[in-house]
Formats: sequence, structure tokens, C-alpha cells
Amino acid sequence: MSAAAQVDAQLLPELASVYWRPRMTAERLRRRERLWTFTTLAHVVPFVVVAIVMVLLSPLALPVSLAALAHAWLIPELYARRGATVTRELRPGPDGPERVSLGLLGDLVDHDARDLHARTGLVPEPGQLGTWLVGEAGALLVAGRRVSCWCVRATDPEGARLPSGDRVAHLLLALRSDEEGFATVANLAFSGARWRVRRRLPKRQRAALDAVA
Amino acid sequence: MSRLIRMDGSGHTTLAEWTAEDVASVDAAAAAFREELEQGSIAMVTRGPGHAEHVRELPLDEPLVIMRRPIAGG
Repeated sequence: MSAAAQVDAQLLPELASVYWRPRMTAERLRRRERLWTFTTLAHVVPFVVVAIVMVLLSPLALPVSLAALAHAWLIPELYARRGATVTRELRPGPDGPERVSLGLLGDLVDHDARDLHARTGLVPEPGQLGTWLVGEAGALLVAGRRVSCWCVRATDPEGARLPSGDRVAHLLLALRSDEEGFATVANLAFSGARWRVRRRLPKRQRAALDAVA
Repeated sequence: MSRLIRMDGSGHTTLAEWTAEDVASVDAAAAAFREELEQGSIAMVTRGPGHAEHVRELPLDEPLVIMRRPIAGG
């Protein structure tokens, strides 16, 4: 196999369906993260300034100031909530297929990852960009105090819903074969502070975030 | 004995099993493999902890080849 063919073999085939997207390198990811930080600040700072100015102009404007502060808090929370939904658990399939799919997933990961998946529904996977927590319909990328939320899922075969273990296994295999390609195909739903995403995760999934932090 | 499986609504389905010495089983596995590729599946083999690779031809020496559906951003 030629060198070019070898490189091609390592690329995620699904990249062809998002050919217009630049490949998500570590540098490009940092830029996207900074953009998210800037967006958050752009939402928060004006409301905080308005809140301060209003109450300085007139103490009677305190309710307006409080409303502005509420907006400053709420808007990033809504973004984080949208991000946290990428790890939502989908409706499970019949018991038999669920068991079979979890058996296959268990063969793909080590004992610790199996245990964490059993407790939280998320599979940890170390990568070059950070540590991933892979769920049924998306993944969290944990890097330091930041979490990026990626919406991505397996396309169901015609007329058949994949059981939960297979959904995770699909994403895990794709991630393992081409991490940057995986991040290119997936949609970045949110990137921000770990604490902000953690608050919005279902309780049982917070342990997964704590485990890889 | 190597296995070719497809992740599907049943958990997974074994499409073929083969040994390198059994030419008939290899041919049947290769045919099943090609058919899956034609239907849009992607073939994966694991390469140790944390590594996987997609393959375009049936790797006869791999113990397990997994067919998966494409992924897409949600």
C-alpha cells in the first residue's frame, strides 16, 4: 500500500459527507473554544454593565438590574444545557439486543471503562485532543477545565433502531480510527467551563465527568 | 476462527466465519463483506487499546471484523 493510500485509510470515510469543513486540528479546536468564550462574554458583559449602570443611575431601577443579571446568567446556562443534551440516553431497545450490544461494547473497552459505562452510560476514551466521554448520541471532550460537547450519532440501518451499546460502539470505533476526523464530522454544540456543563448533566453522568477531570 | 459481524438492531449479527485454510469459508466471508460495503457499511478492525482502523478489503488474519453504519453530526 502506498503512503498516500495508508494516510487515506486512516481518515474517517464520513469526512466525504462534510467535505467543506476544515479538518478539526488541536489548533483549530482552540480557536473554536476561544470563539465560544468570546460569545459567552459578549452575552454576559453587556447585561452586567447594564445592571450596574441602572442601579447607579437610580436605586429604583434595581428590578431592571436584577433582570439584566438574570439574563447574564441564563443565556450561557441555556447554551450549556444544549451542550449537555448530547449525552442524553435514548430510549432503550428490547432486552435481548441491548444485552448483545453491551457485550460487544464490553469487548472493545477495558474494565474501568466498562464499569464507568455501567454507572453513567458514558465510555471514557483518551485522545490527542483531550479525554472523550462517548455516549449514544454524542460525546464530551474534556480538556483541562473546559468541556466541548459534540453532537454525533450512528445512522440507523433501514427500519432498525440500534441498541444503546451499538450506538456507543459506533462512535467509539470512529473516534479511535480518526479522532480529528470524528471531531470534524461531529457538530460542536457547546464549549465552555466544565462546571457549567456538569450542572446540566443528568446526575448519574456527572460521575463520568468527575472521573476524567 | 475469524468472524465478520454487523452491528444492527439485534445487537449484532454474525455474517460470516472463516479460517484461512478453508477457501470456501473465505470466499463466503469476502462476498458477505463486499455486500455490506455496497450497502454503505464501514468495516472496522481494532488495533489494540484505543486504536481502530477501517479496512476496504477483508483482512483474513483478523479475528474480528466489525461492520458499522456511517456516523453523522446531529
